[in-house]
Amino acid sequence: MHIVDGALANEVVIGGTVIAVAGIGLGLKNLPAEKMPAAGVLSATFFVASLIHVPIGPSSVHLIMNGLAGLVLGWAAFPALFVGLLLQAVFFGFGGLTVLGVNTLNIAMPAVMVYYLCRHGIAARSLTVAAIWGGVGGGLAIALTTGFVAIALALSGDEFIPAAKLVFFAHIPIMIVEALVTGAAVVLARRVKPELFAAITRSASKEVTP
Amino acid sequence: MGHVLGAERRALRDTGTARESLLSAIDPRSRILASIAFAIVIVALDNLVLLLAGLAAALLIMVEARLPVRSTLKRMAAMDTFIIFLIAMLPFTVPGDPIFTVFGFAATWEGLRQAVEIALKANAVILALMALAGSMEPVALGHALSRLKVPDGLIHLLMFTVRYVDVLQQEYMRLRMAMKARGFRPGNNGHTYRSLGYLVGMMLVRAIERSERILGAMKCRGFTGRIPLLDELAFSRRDIFFSIGMTAFLGALIALQLTL
Repeated sequence: MHIVDGALANEVVIGGTVIAVAGIGLGLKNLPAEKMPAAGVLSATFFVASLIHVPIGPSSVHLIMNGLAGLVLGWAAFPALFVGLLLQAVFFGFGGLTVLGVNTLNIAMPAVMVYYLCRHGIAARSLTVAAIWGGVGGGLAIALTTGFVAIALALSGDEFIPAAKLVFFAHIPIMIVEALVTGAAVVLARRVKPELFAAITRSASKEVTP
Repeated sequence: MGHVLGAERRALRDTGTARESLLSAIDPRSRILASIAFAIVIVALDNLVLLLAGLAAALLIMVEARLPVRSTLKRMAAMDTFIIFLIAMLPFTVPGDPIFTVFGFAATWEGLRQAVEIALKANAVILALMALAGSMEPVALGHALSRLKVPDGLIHLLMFTVRYVDVLQQEYMRLRMAMKARGFRPGNNGHTYRSLGYLVGMMLVRAIERSERILGAMKCRGFTGRIPLLDELAFSRRDIFFSIGMTAFLGALIALQLTL
């Protein structure tokens, strides 16, 4: 869901950029040099995961996985997803340049929100409960991202509102797919390497997450 | 992004790098700053003729950068279905003089004009960005951004991502191959979504284990939190000409916009 250059009002572009810069700054502050390799490799993993196509009805969609990125990276999701968007824009022509801040905000802010809402849930003793929380996080992140995109457009002009509404409802199947895939990914990570979810975020949050 | 990148192609290769051109002799920093200035000016314009001139200039830079023409144009035009949908709906949602009606909804000239304006801006900016910045080595982009005072942490993250996207892409292909060998065929069912979820989870687990080995290797070589960048960038006479040309072009666009 990359917005392109020229669609948004100047105020929205500037506001989005300011918030995105603040988010990236916060993410980097919580990322000591020790954790840089882990954050970098995870950032590359999410980049590759966004290339995976999942069948949905007669068509297919690519994964976004920003919910899972939030659960694994916490605030570091901001710089990590920004890097992904920057590379996509520069080398693949996806998205835009002046809207880079808004696009980062739309993808990374839901990731951070999911991190705070679901991080305790995915640490639940029962794997089923953890899977459900992971699924909630995965679906919620897409819902929030679509909602943020719709808000950015609606703030730019009333003429975008009907399309933004329609697109939100058209994304419901994608939310479900992302929820199922994220839930399964959480289950596998919990079984194989439970410390994955604390690898980046542990010292950052100063709380003990298992 | 998957339709841009064939599965058989490696992720951050084939970006048109390492081709000698007039543009490759220009300092990466000038190219990055030029693409940012170009984007800001283009987005600020609202005259369609001037926007066409901007798009033409971007095409010219693309040819100069020796980017593969067809695949670059294809990438330029490949917008999200979301955005295409939105632009396509604009003629029907902007009030104004009707052109024609579909199922009782009137398309208006004003809406059509706005849709064309957005399409021109989006394509001109992304094409100029791909031509100016996308024709560099991804590593050169990192170095140039670092010299432009982008924070070290962000540069390290960028360099790690660039370095490992290829490696992880290959790992993904291996895992997919292993799934295929065991008879996995994607379809619309819970089994597919669960299996792909396990695949993503497995990639994360392997990534974190790989990063532990990387950190060990880096410490072994004396990593202290800084990665020295060895290349020297120099602002040469070519850069002066390039900057003057770019400034003159963008200045002319602004002047015409204000007078027209």
